[in-house]
Amino acid sequence: MSAAAREFLRSAAEKSADLTHRQIIRRGIDQYNAAFERGRSRFLDWEAARERCQEIKWEAINHLDRYLAEFEQRVKERDGQVFWAETAEEARNYVAELAKRRGVRKVVKSKSMVTEEIHLSPALNKLGIEVFETDLGEFIVQLRNEPPYHIVTPAMHLTRGQIAHLFRDKLGNVDSEEPEELVAAARRALRRAFFAAEMGISGANFLVADVGMVAVTTNEGNGRLCTSVPRIHVAVTGIEKVIPRFEDLAVLWPVLATSGTGQPITCYNTLIGGPRRPGEVDGPEEFHVVLLDNGRSQLLADAEQREVLHCIRCGACLNACPVFRNVGGHTYGTTYQGPIGSVLTPHLRGIHEFQHLPYASSLCGACAEVCPVRIELPRHLLHNRRNAISAKTHSPGERIAFKLWQWTMLDAGRFQAAGWVARMTLRMIYRLGLAGSVLDPMRRWTKYRAALPIPDHSFRALWRKQNGAG
Amino acid sequence: MPCVALFISCFVDQLNPEVGLDTVRVLRGVGYDVDFPEGQTCCGQPAFNTGYWDDARPIAERFVRIFSSAEVVVCPSGSCTTMVRNFYPELLASHPLHAEALSLSQRVFELSEFLVRVAKVTDIGATFPHRVTFHDSCHALRELHLKGEPRELLRHVRGLELVELPYGEECCGFGGTFATKYGMISAAMGDTKAGNIEASGAEYVTALDSSCLMHIDGILRRRASQARTIHLASILAQREGPR
Repeated sequence: MSAAAREFLRSAAEKSADLTHRQIIRRGIDQYNAAFERGRSRFLDWEAARERCQEIKWEAINHLDRYLAEFEQRVKERDGQVFWAETAEEARNYVAELAKRRGVRKVVKSKSMVTEEIHLSPALNKLGIEVFETDLGEFIVQLRNEPPYHIVTPAMHLTRGQIAHLFRDKLGNVDSEEPEELVAAARRALRRAFFAAEMGISGANFLVADVGMVAVTTNEGNGRLCTSVPRIHVAVTGIEKVIPRFEDLAVLWPVLATSGTGQPITCYNTLIGGPRRPGEVDGPEEFHVVLLDNGRSQLLADAEQREVLHCIRCGACLNACPVFRNVGGHTYGTTYQGPIGSVLTPHLRGIHEFQHLPYASSLCGACAEVCPVRIELPRHLLHNRRNAISAKTHSPGERIAFKLWQWTMLDAGRFQAAGWVARMTLRMIYRLGLAGSVLDPMRRWTKYRAALPIPDHSFRALWRKQNGAG
Repeated sequence: MPCVALFISCFVDQLNPEVGLDTVRVLRGVGYDVDFPEGQTCCGQPAFNTGYWDDARPIAERFVRIFSSAEVVVCPSGSCTTMVRNFYPELLASHPLHAEALSLSQRVFELSEFLVRVAKVTDIGATFPHRVTFHDSCHALRELHLKGEPRELLRHVRGLELVELPYGEECCGFGGTFATKYGMISAAMGDTKAGNIEASGAEYVTALDSSCLMHIDGILRRRASQARTIHLASILAQREGPR
């Protein structure tokens, strides 16, 4: 078992039994569900909108080479710079070198999961650069020295009381639990950072190929400040974010907003096409786009799972997932949590280290039901499991057990004999009051549930009695 | 009389034989002859879902051969029906039996689906004077799209009061080998489900899958809950007075 798997098991056991955590998350997701339902009902035809989004992403991903080249060319035409990073390290180094060369001391960041994926902030911190997360949720988890709990709502695991306590401790400029006061306190702290920073770092929700623009969606306006106030703007993003046309945003923006938070449209949708041009008063002097691969083109090469790259990171599958609700975002130990994380992470970070994630699912399919680009997430979990077995990530014990199971199931007589032996063994053990003990072959079941009632006869035996043999 | 072949899931055969017998009663009650091909064992889902596709394949091949002559196959499980209908075509892709598997996938039905959509009966003549709630098992709901069918059948059961289950579409946490690989998560999900069953005020929770019910039953009894589990087939087989 990998270190990541051991840690997952430990944390899952802790969180699954944490009833306070369960309640906080349930309340948050109930609110989300109500908003999502309202949002969905605003569409004339939600299913048609999903289908359109799926088609757009399909087109983009299946012509990724063409659309990325088009995007790059347009950005360069407006004096923006594009850097292709094959690995996380290359992306980190590019941003770090640029910051060093330009003498950057302070960086403001708007929300970006790709910068989490490449661990950009710690790399900048090492150079003595201060990094300020400016999305409120990200700001909160940064103060707690924690990774984001959820790709869209990074602080959903915290109560207002906990946040008030944190702000009193770390900011010292507020003594209230009122949301308005807390937001005002964060704003006071962040304003100073916005105006002191020499570099702003953002992610990208979409890269619009035909106009060569980066589309950034936020609810707090922090994205606009990050991308327009500092001297340098760097957008760090995955190559799969490209979409063909400007008008595709007409459906992608409302679908993303609805799936993410239930809003008809997010408060701030910004398109950025390059640095400030002669005669313009606003905008950065330099504009850089870092296009990150980091395993994505390998996934692109896999025809069976390519559509995983359609993901627009709305977080709907996390909210729908009963496993996520019980184990919580931090238990995953990954940048991307929930069903999409369990599908994606083994591809980005290796099936040997992360094979446990595709198995941490009851395959209930609630995620596929809500995915706005209709990724068949449960199918991909199954494919990941099959790939894990082919890569021999499992204990020989399980392998042998399934071989034995197969041998048994290849013959009805053997199946009946094995079933009889198993039932009689269990019955004896349960009669002796040994359910859940080391002698109970079903102890992993009985540990959490009352022992199975064991019938006297199999169906087959009863059928024969009623209908005669054969 | 038209004839259906019965497909009894391996754990129903071994652990819930009454569900199989009740399925036979229900099918005969609506005028079908029932055949039980005795060569059958398992559909292969445990291995398939755990990633052991190569181990599952010979079991699937065997299953396809055993049921190849059956005109219609009926199974009292949404999950096992899903395996044959939705996953066999992929598991047996580019296999000599692929065409057979595709054909079988069109001929296999979950019990409530068969009754309502194929046999076109909604009133089985059952009596079950209890307050009952329905848990949507995931494969039946999301893979077979069975939502109205079981409720339609329950509404026609005499004396039965159907109450809504809060968060009824949420997974109970069974999930096959997930239940033992990640017992603590499975149990937490089951606990939430059990709490909602209790909140519904129902005496019984019913579903289309013995597997989910087996897990829910274990959690309910562990909580010393008053609510009990019962498979839909067993409700539909209940008649007035002793049978």
